Amino acid sequence: MKITQISVFLENRKGRLCDVCSLLGSAGINIRALTIAETESFGVLRIVVDKPDKAIDMFKKQNITANKTDVVAVEVPDQPGGLARVLKILSDNDVNVEYMYGFVEKFSKNALLVFRFDDAIRANKVLAENNIPIVTADDISGL
Amino acid sequence: MIWNEKIETMPLADLKNLQSQRLASLVGYVYKNCPIYKQKLDQAGVATSDIKSIDDITKLPFTTKLDMRDNYPFGLFSRPRTELVEIHVSSGTTGNPTLVGYTRDDIKLWSDVMARCLCCAGAEPDDTIQIAYGYGLFTGGLGFHYGALEMGLTIIPTSSGQTKRQLKIMQDFAPRILACTPSYCLYMAEEAKEMGIDPRQASWKIGIFGAEPWSESMRTEIEQTWNMLATDVYGLSEIIGPGVSQECRHKQGLHIFSDVFYPEIIDPDTGKPVPEGGDGELVITTLTKQGIPLLRYRTRDIVSMTTAPCKCGRTSPRTSKIKGRTDDMIVVRGINVFPSQIEHVLLGIDGTHPHYQIVIDRQAHQLDTVDIMVEVDEKIFSDEIKKMHALEQKIKKEIEAMLSIGVEVKLVEPKTIARSEGKAKRVIDKRAL
Repeated sequence: MKITQISVFLENRKGRLCDVCSLLGSAGINIRALTIAETESFGVLRIVVDKPDKAIDMFKKQNITANKTDVVAVEVPDQPGGLARVLKILSDNDVNVEYMYGFVEKFSKNALLVFRFDDAIRANKVLAENNIPIVTADDISGL
Repeated sequence: MIWNEKIETMPLADLKNLQSQRLASLVGYVYKNCPIYKQKLDQAGVATSDIKSIDDITKLPFTTKLDMRDNYPFGLFSRPRTELVEIHVSSGTTGNPTLVGYTRDDIKLWSDVMARCLCCAGAEPDDTIQIAYGYGLFTGGLGFHYGALEMGLTIIPTSSGQTKRQLKIMQDFAPRILACTPSYCLYMAEEAKEMGIDPRQASWKIGIFGAEPWSESMRTEIEQTWNMLATDVYGLSEIIGPGVSQECRHKQGLHIFSDVFYPEIIDPDTGKPVPEGGDGELVITTLTKQGIPLLRYRTRDIVSMTTAPCKCGRTSPRTSKIKGRTDDMIVVRGINVFPSQIEHVLLGIDGTHPHYQIVIDRQAHQLDTVDIMVEVDEKIFSDEIKKMHALEQKIKKEIEAMLSIGVEVKLVEPKTIARSEGKAKRVIDKRAL
């Protein structure tokens, strides 16, 4: 089961991240998970929010470049070696992780991590076969 | 000294006779040898017998860059390819480059006019010249080379770049003449200081600078920094390359070799002649070229012209420095750049048509920089940094391949490039030219 991540193009300019977060805040959209990847001149803000369609519409109207990406939110045991076990299973099944980051809060007793896989469909299958719980879009909007 | 004294100091009445004879035979020549010109002249209703005097030149149709592009590669030539001994290409506005070719006699002509330039700047037959214009498809290096060879100078063909080596060669061989772009000359001053060389002690005493527009203030800076005479040379590959006109030591305009490159100044909108002294587009007819002679070629350079006598004794008219362009061409490090070339590259990137802006800048004593800002829209945006980087690099590489100069590409957010009346301003030129 895939969930939607919103990626936002940001120039490395003072106040840009603040502008984007303020827009989300004033629209009543809650950020559930986020990470920023940056280079010398620009960055990509990646967020998981409770109302992704609303967020995309809003960014379009504001002339902010943003798109949707399928990611997988995986529950990982919050204990030493928990993440390593999940990664080993994925690696053994030739599923590559492009990048990953953590949720702001927990969904259950497990840690909740967002994975961007090279092949999300295959990743879902492997995770399901190994009984590793993943979180649905409905779960996210209810968080 | 004056290289071709008979021609260069010829009384204007005699010069006019010579130009008239040459124009009449040129028109007959292209009519006979170039089907494109035959067609152009027929369409304009001009018979070769109508052209008797140089004053009849206004009856002839213009030739434009578009004609060169449309008839690429060899359509505008008047000689078969086998008679060409050399070809050069420069960048075109889009797609096809501009091709020019020289017969053996054209190379002789080029050598002669370049020798005139060197003498006009003050070179003497015993001199050594360092030619730091690029050698290759660009006409700068080889044009100077042929002229210096004709004059019997000692040539150091350093070509462009490798600044430390340029300076070492200058110190070791003490050339008195330097030929390069004016911005490169100033750039070398900085490098010299870093190497502990005092530019005022340099062996270069005469500089022949061209291939890009430069101002009087830049001249003053070069002359003071290097303790040399800085002269301006003008040319364009369509006409011959460098060697169309050159300043003498009096620096009162560029002597245009009008016995072979007949100049007119026209109003670019109406095509009508501009009275002497007024600004207008420089139009040149190559009176004696064989390979690819051109009738009334529109250079798109805005200049003024005077026939007032010069203290040096040369009688041919003098043009001002280039005051502007009739198109959006910009010259960066001696290379002609058209915004349409960059647009062409961007269109080819995933078929998108992003907004862009070209920012040209020149820090003091540095070479020109070209930054290309590209607005990132949804079509080219990716959540993966490596894809964005790859995009940046792809745009950079393709533009560099097209323009033959280094550029920096900067991805920017949508609507950050200022638009005036809905149209984006494509070029911001911050240089003080």
